[in-house]
Amino acid sequence: MFVTVKIPTQLRAATGGDAEVEVSGSTVGEVLDAVFDAHGDLRERITQDGDLRRFVNVYVSGEDIRFQQGLDTAISEGDEVTILPAVAGG
Amino acid sequence: MSVESLKCKECGETYELGASYACERCFGPLEVAYDFSGLDAAEVKRRIQAGSQGIWRYVDFLPFTGQPRDPLEPGLTPLVKADRLAERLGLDAELWIKNDAANPTHSFKDRVVAVAVAKARELGFETVACASTGNLANAVAAHAAAAGLESYVLVPANLEEQKLLATGIYGTNLVGVRGNYDAVNRLCTELAETRPWAFVNVNLRPYYAEGSKTLAYETAEQLGWELPDRVVCPIASGSLFTKVARGFEEWTDLGLISGDQPVFNGAQAVGCSPVATAFAEGADVCKPQKPETIAKSLAIGDPADGPYALEQARRSGGAIDSVDDDEIRAGIRLLAETTGIFTETAGGVTVGVLAKLAERGAIADGERVVVYITGEGLKTLDAARDSFHMHEIDPDLESFESEFESQEVAA
Repeated sequence: MFVTVKIPTQLRAATGGDAEVEVSGSTVGEVLDAVFDAHGDLRERITQDGDLRRFVNVYVSGEDIRFQQGLDTAISEGDEVTILPAVAGG
Repeated sequence: MSVESLKCKECGETYELGASYACERCFGPLEVAYDFSGLDAAEVKRRIQAGSQGIWRYVDFLPFTGQPRDPLEPGLTPLVKADRLAERLGLDAELWIKNDAANPTHSFKDRVVAVAVAKARELGFETVACASTGNLANAVAAHAAAAGLESYVLVPANLEEQKLLATGIYGTNLVGVRGNYDAVNRLCTELAETRPWAFVNVNLRPYYAEGSKTLAYETAEQLGWELPDRVVCPIASGSLFTKVARGFEEWTDLGLISGDQPVFNGAQAVGCSPVATAFAEGADVCKPQKPETIAKSLAIGDPADGPYALEQARRSGGAIDSVDDDEIRAGIRLLAETTGIFTETAGGVTVGVLAKLAERGAIADGERVVVYITGEGLKTLDAARDSFHMHEIDPDLESFESEFESQEVAA
C-alpha cells in the first residue's frame, strides 16, 4: 500500500528538503520504518528505544494514532500520514 | 536586556530568537533562555516599582531586547483576600484570589497575547493567528485590532456564543472549525508551515508562554515581595501552570524574593482530565482524551506541556485533581457568593479543586494560598443559568409582601 507521509518543516533537513515522502506499508510502524530506510537521520529525531518520542504526534488522515492502535494502526489505500510537533497550543 | 536564545527543553540545543517552536534534533519544545547574571536585584526592584501599571514593568524578564510596543497593556490585576471563602471552606488559612478576569479582554490570555503580538511586530509579521478554546480568541482579535495587524482566529465551531461574539466584534477573520480544540490545533500547526503568519501559540509559542510568568511576578509583588505557600491553578495545556512556577523560581534565584517554592495544585475538569489522570496513575506522559465538559476553555485533550505540569506538581509536593460539571457550577457559585467575583467555568474548576483540597485536609492552618482565577463569568453564562430563582411580582406593595411574607418586615 503506497501512502504519502507529510514531513514537518523541522525535519526537512533530514529529507533533503522534501515536504512529502512516498513509501509503502500496511501499518503506521511499517510506513515509518520505510521512511527511516529512505532517510536514516529521521529515526533518531522522532523515535527513542523503538517508540515515538513524547513530543511527536502522528496522524492517519487527520486522526491521532493514540486514539487508534498506535504504531500498529492499519493503513488503507489513500490514507495520508502526517508527522507534527506535539508542542503547539494552549 | 537578558534574553539570549531559544533552547530545547529536552536536549538543550539552542536556536536564534526567531519564529520557531520545536527542536529540529528531537522535536522537544523550545523555550526562551535568559542570562540574568547581569541584573542587580535592588536595581531591578526599583525599575519594576517605577515601571508601567501592567506587565511591561517586568520587561527585564520578558523576551525583548527593546521596549515592547503595546496599546492594550494587561496586568496588575487585583489580588483579593478571600476571608469569607476561607471561612465557608472551613480553612484557617490566608486565602487570596488573583482575579485575572480584570484584564482588557477579561482573561489571563491578554498576558500571553500581549507578549506574542509585541514579538510578532518585532519580528516583522503583519498577520497574527491562533488556535483557541475561546479566551485566546478574544485576546488575539483585540490585541491585533489595537496593533493594526490582520488576524485569523480558529476555534471549535461549537464554542460558547459569548466567546464567539466577543471575538468577531474586533473585526478578525473568525473561523469556526467543525472539530474539537485538538483538531483546530493540528490544523493550525499545519497552516503554520505554509502561511507567513505569527500563530501566537504555535510558531510564537516560546514567547507567548513567557507572558504567564507575569502572574507569578505580580503575585509576589502584591504579597509584599514574598512567596505564597501554595498556589491553585487551572491546567489546560499546562503552560500557565509551569510558567507561574518558573516566574517564582527566577525571582528567587535573583534574590528578589526568598523562601521555599510554593506547592502547586493543578485543576482540571473530569470531562477533560489527561493531566489529572496521568498524575493519579503515576504516569509521566498524558494519554490524550476527547473532551466532554462545560469547561470549554480548559478542553485540551492533548496538552502540550502535560509532562512538565506533572513534573511540577510532583516536585513541589502538590497534586493535580479534577472536578465534575456540577462541582464546577458549585465552584462558580461559591466564589461569587463569598467574594463578589463572577468567574467562568475554568474558575469554577479551580475553586472546585480548592474545595476538594480543603475537604481532604490538604491545606494546613496558617498557609498562604493563592488561587488563580483566569477568566470572566459573563463569557460562560450558561453555567449560571438555573442556579438561582428570580422572584417575579406585580409592581405593588401587596405583591412584594406576599412574595416575601415569610420574612420579617422592619418597622
